[in-house]
Amino acid sequence: MKYSPINLGRWLLWGSTAVVFVVAPLVFTSSFALTLLTQMGSFIIFALSYNMLLGQGGMLSFGHAVYSGLGAYIAVHTLNLIGKGAIVFPVTLLPLVGGLAGVAFGVLFGYVTTRRAGTTFALISLGVGEMVFACVLMFPGFFGGEAGVSTNRVVGKPFFGISYGPALQVYYLVAVWCFISMVAMYALTQTPLGRMANAVRDNPERAEFVGYDTQKVRFLQLVLSSFFAGVAGALSCINFEIVSAENVSAIRSGGVLIATFIGGVPFFFGPILGAIVFIFFVAALSGFTKAWLLYLGLFFVLMVLYAPGGLASLVLMQLPVLRAGRWRALALPYAAAATAAALTIAGVIGVVEMVYRLSEQGASTILEVAGLSFDASTTPPWIAFVLILVAGLVALRFATRYFGRKWAEIKAA
Amino acid sequence: MEFFLVQLLNGISYGLLLFMLSSGLTLVFSLMGVLNFAHASFYMLGAYFAFQVSSKIGFWPALVIAPLLVGVIGMGVERFGLRKVHRYGHVAELLFTFGLAYLIDEAVHLVWGRSAVDYRVPPDLDGPLFSIFTSQYPIYRGFMMLVSVAMLVSIWLALTRTRIGLVIQAALTHPQTVEALGHNVPRVFMLVFGGGAALAGLAGVIGGNAFVTEPGMAASVGPIIFVIVVVGGMGSLAGAFVASLLVGCLQTFAISLDWPIFGLKLSQVAPVLPYLLMVLLLIVRPKGLMGTREG
Amino acid sequence: MSAALQLRDVHKSFGSTKIINGVSLEVRAGERHAIIGPNGAGKSTLYNLISGRFPVSSGSILLNGENIGGLKPFEINRKGLSRSFQVTNIFHNLSVYENIRCAVLWAAGHRYSFWSRVGGLKEVRARAEETMEQIGLAKRRDVLAGVLTYAEQRALEIGITIAGGAGVILLDEPTAGMSRTETAHAVQLIRDVTMGKTLVMVEHDMGVIFDLADRISVLVYGEIIATGAPAEIRANKAVQEAYLGSLHKEH
Repeated sequence: MKYSPINLGRWLLWGSTAVVFVVAPLVFTSSFALTLLTQMGSFIIFALSYNMLLGQGGMLSFGHAVYSGLGAYIAVHTLNLIGKGAIVFPVTLLPLVGGLAGVAFGVLFGYVTTRRAGTTFALISLGVGEMVFACVLMFPGFFGGEAGVSTNRVVGKPFFGISYGPALQVYYLVAVWCFISMVAMYALTQTPLGRMANAVRDNPERAEFVGYDTQKVRFLQLVLSSFFAGVAGALSCINFEIVSAENVSAIRSGGVLIATFIGGVPFFFGPILGAIVFIFFVAALSGFTKAWLLYLGLFFVLMVLYAPGGLASLVLMQLPVLRAGRWRALALPYAAAATAAALTIAGVIGVVEMVYRLSEQGASTILEVAGLSFDASTTPPWIAFVLILVAGLVALRFATRYFGRKWAEIKAA
Repeated sequence: MEFFLVQLLNGISYGLLLFMLSSGLTLVFSLMGVLNFAHASFYMLGAYFAFQVSSKIGFWPALVIAPLLVGVIGMGVERFGLRKVHRYGHVAELLFTFGLAYLIDEAVHLVWGRSAVDYRVPPDLDGPLFSIFTSQYPIYRGFMMLVSVAMLVSIWLALTRTRIGLVIQAALTHPQTVEALGHNVPRVFMLVFGGGAALAGLAGVIGGNAFVTEPGMAASVGPIIFVIVVVGGMGSLAGAFVASLLVGCLQTFAISLDWPIFGLKLSQVAPVLPYLLMVLLLIVRPKGLMGTREG
Repeated sequence: MSAALQLRDVHKSFGSTKIINGVSLEVRAGERHAIIGPNGAGKSTLYNLISGRFPVSSGSILLNGENIGGLKPFEINRKGLSRSFQVTNIFHNLSVYENIRCAVLWAAGHRYSFWSRVGGLKEVRARAEETMEQIGLAKRRDVLAGVLTYAEQRALEIGITIAGGAGVILLDEPTAGMSRTETAHAVQLIRDVTMGKTLVMVEHDMGVIFDLADRISVLVYGEIIATGAPAEIRANKAVQEAYLGSLHKEH
């Protein structure tokens, strides 16, 4: 897979990315937005590191949080040591510590996990993840048990006035590391190892027959990936000032998998898009509804079924149409599809939220949305939402057929 | 001695339950090449459906209805979901079943809430079966073993003695040839996947009340099943059998012993043991105990 | 003349099925050696044994005098043996250029390097471009291998096999499925790229065999029943019965 940007000067692209990083908090100024941006920054590194395994190496891992989480634990202890004055080390370079810890564990666990490929590798990664999670809970002395290990990032002497007290300073720390990591991971794809990782992903047997030990290629790719995962973990530690068992949990591993996939596995920038969308989804939705995990799961499954190249593939598909200037012909089909989708989503949300109201003990059965309220214990809202859902699905069927026809027409022209 | 025997019986009954789960997984994997990440979720659904049915009608009808319901859901999953992703390869199939597991977990949360439900052993099966020295061995554990063995024997017979079983075995390695001979291979796949789901559901029916029926049960037993499949060797039923009993006894004994290990008690270290076993085996014998097919 | 490749009493069974039944073969350095035989004779299995895909049940295989039994495919490749596949086995998602480049990287000594930019490796690029010229795919440089025509893919298959500069080349039915013209091109290509190297070739097309081969071995039911110059083989009674007889009727 070629990962080069399409028809845009490489400098222009990287340059504008840097500009976006610098300017973002000046545009979105609320403190909530700032926390989101900071989270997105470290999650981008995490997701990109995950795609080094999946997108580039063809290795599906269910336990990637092990490397970021253990990196975070090492980082948090280092930070506490700095705070106590036991060692002198700049907080700015703490992610490096996380990264090296990630590498150490990458070598340790990678040796075991990369002995097998494919589905077996996936299961082993899950097993190692569960093992580490169980161990973390078993040794509260080092890992702080359920409560975890907390820390203070404002330690040591301020460096040119930077103490990392204010959230804005933390954001820029994350942004710089994120930018550096993005460049580094992109550069890695252009090295012999990076290219052979692609080859091993596509045809491991052939790669062996041109002289490459596929196990070693996968092992090295995993070790490099765990460096960046560790960096992400350390940044998360600085940002939240606490590291707990959740950082190595299967939930965290599942989250980065979902985010990377939603963004688009076959493209370098896919995980970047996925990280942004994921954090936004989680932050925005979790405040509104308790069923947000269900919606996330539905979204993920639908993407696997209908858009396995992720949002990135959907975006890139539009480019040839845009370039040919034929976008206006698609405006109506898009509108039709969007309306049908909106109808279906409304129906799904209605049904799900009502089920929630009914099942939750002691909660009110009234569902309030957009100023209207529906009582889930009565029948009319059920009939209404089910009808909306069915109507939406039917409309979706027609709309997608219509869209498909128009698309084919444009392609043929 | 008494302790050893009681725990051994417990370990074996738990191991047989684990084998019920891992055999369904292995069969589907061997036939379709897809590892169903949602297998443990079907187990959970079986338990929850059995809870609902047994609180309305009774346990014995639940024993039949719940697995059937789960089987139907499994067939639907194959027909409308798995079949679509099949052309994108094994990674996509695994991702789909992963998403499915997630969805089922959340759906269960949604409908039945976050705390455990009171799915109980039926009164006619609640009581001592026999006594070993001073301990009493419950009837229900014996019942579990009976159902597990009966189910597995009938599956073995079905696969090796019936026509549909032979078709399935043939479709294992030569699906196109079998299709050319006039058999409806997609339908066979749907039945096998549904059958695997039903088997998991049955395990849920009998396991859900012996252990606990809560929304986290899929996430706690799922990884154990995958460890068993890796340890036994991907695609090997005999390996899954040995590994299931091994892990079942290992966990049962470890949880009930307080031997000191690294400043901790064995019972505290118990959750990690199956994974340690997997890691050790991978270092020493990567193919698994009786590995046949590469994932 | 020294032996580039030697098989000494090689046996191979899968379970109780015996596929290779005591094969002894000697391929001299620099010669073009063809292996022919009816379907099911065990030719592919023999290749898989030599290239390390399967282990031998008994017997030994020597490459340039060194025993390569039990070595993994990549180890054997690094010792100077390269093979092509009967069913095209290329990197479908990479371009033609990238396919060839993968085959050059190890031989050029870059191993698992993650600190050098692959675009800046001049010798790698030169070698890859040279190979592309040889196989005639220089104009299709950036096309994804998966969308090439069948004959182009077969040419690429050969390209990947020789790009690393191995001294012993194993080709598995290189002209399978090709038309007359395509076959003629392929024969010329094979002749050019294996100049000065040792070539072992499994083929069904008798025209290709008699055109290219210095010596021929005939494999029937896992045993070599004859080895010699093309004229000898053509005249050999046992060979005619077992194999060429049916083809004589075709030609």
